[in-house]
Amino acid sequence: MEKAKILDKEAVARSLTRIAHEIVEKNKGVDNLCLVGIRNRGVYLAQRLAVDIKRIENKDVPVGILDITLYRDDLTMISAQPVVHKTEIDFDIEGKVVVLVDDVLYTGRTIRAALDAMIDFGRPKSIQLAVLVDRGHRELPIRADYAGKNIPTAQNETVEVRLEEADDKDEVVIIEKHP
Amino acid sequence: MNWTRKDLLGLEELSKVEIELILATAESFKEVSSREIKKVPALRGKTVVNLFYEPSTRTRVSFEVAAKRLSADVINIAAQESSVRKGETLVDTGKNIEALKADIIVVRHGASGAPALLARHVGLNVVNAGDGWHEHPTQALLDIFTLKEKLGRVEGLKVVIVGDIAHSRVARSNIWGLSKLGAKVCVCAPGMLIPPAIEEMGASISSDIDEALKGADAVNVLRMQFERDEEAAFPEKLEYFKNFGITKERLLRAKKDIIVMHPGPINRGIEISSEVADGANSVILEQVTNGIAVRMAVLFLVAQARDEKQPHTD
Repeated sequence: MEKAKILDKEAVARSLTRIAHEIVEKNKGVDNLCLVGIRNRGVYLAQRLAVDIKRIENKDVPVGILDITLYRDDLTMISAQPVVHKTEIDFDIEGKVVVLVDDVLYTGRTIRAALDAMIDFGRPKSIQLAVLVDRGHRELPIRADYAGKNIPTAQNETVEVRLEEADDKDEVVIIEKHP
Repeated sequence: MNWTRKDLLGLEELSKVEIELILATAESFKEVSSREIKKVPALRGKTVVNLFYEPSTRTRVSFEVAAKRLSADVINIAAQESSVRKGETLVDTGKNIEALKADIIVVRHGASGAPALLARHVGLNVVNAGDGWHEHPTQALLDIFTLKEKLGRVEGLKVVIVGDIAHSRVARSNIWGLSKLGAKVCVCAPGMLIPPAIEEMGASISSDIDEALKGADAVNVLRMQFERDEEAAFPEKLEYFKNFGITKERLLRAKKDIIVMHPGPINRGIEISSEVADGANSVILEQVTNGIAVRMAVLFLVAQARDEKQPHTD
């Protein structure tokens, strides 16, 4: 059951624009920067951030796509079979600042898997994390460098990020699972 | 869809959707081999046993590389040198491997149906790496994967398989797989090397390679297994090359961009000329590379097999 709408289309756009500004500010430009979106919705967000950054700095930053299925720590536990999709990082991340982008930060396990995957691709100078929503309940010592919105949630709730590229509209909602 | 099979025994029993799932998964795995660190942790802690009752280098090595790129541990058993010589049966060997707490057995056996027998008696995942004259599913899958990669589709393609069809598990698996995906298959060989009932599998028959190559999108050249030379029905080598060998001259009369495949090892100057094997139409070495991605996909899928009845939760 849909409980509340946290962000609407305009709020999603404003959050991303702010994150883009913060990325540019923190890294003093974007010369050595690349974005890597985590499938699926992190990819769309990374692509949007690249457009925002281009508007601010007038520079293109490379955008990669990361599928973390093969790095999950729960492969044998989940009952739904994971589908393996392609990872597409066609630039060298050696010495670069990599900004990982995902829609929701929750337990931190996805990011743990993504960090392992990134390090298999080379040795970046540093890795930062940008998320649209941080909903808490971390199970690992992981935090976001850039967050669109912090939303306190209960464990029986899910945060659903809907994006035009996949869901025909931009919004973030909290859904209460049936008890 | 969910992959529900604990074993991969052949393409005959697979649906079109299942074959497409393997091919799509393999497409994702191909990128792993192009990385600096060619390894992902997906099968970390799993043990894969290659149990080979027939000599094989390329298939065994391909499975070994595939398993290692998934971080599995690999044990190779060449049955000729093992306790099989002391009289142990296939099922007993399988149960011993199970008792060692291995997870996947990749089996190559001279008898058709041996992997199926093994799969019925052990709980491990069993992958057929070639059984008798029956099937060699991963070879056909990598052939089809390569075709799809090169031509963008499988449906509607015309594929010629030339060579010793009668003794070829590669041919059988290819016919099943290609037909299910909507390709037209024509087998071409001297009459005595065409098995009965091949038409019932969905292939047409030709004994004229030049006729068969007309309009073909791809030709899969099988190795002439001259180690079977003692059989009276076998043609003489030079005569075979003259009548069925894939040469530059023959390809001049075929489609300009026809794809030439060969499962290896190639016999230059017998079933294929060197010019063609090394030429622009040949994808023989790409098949080897693709074989790793396809076998990674198969090992991953059987290891993650799920019962369809289980609820989907995340």
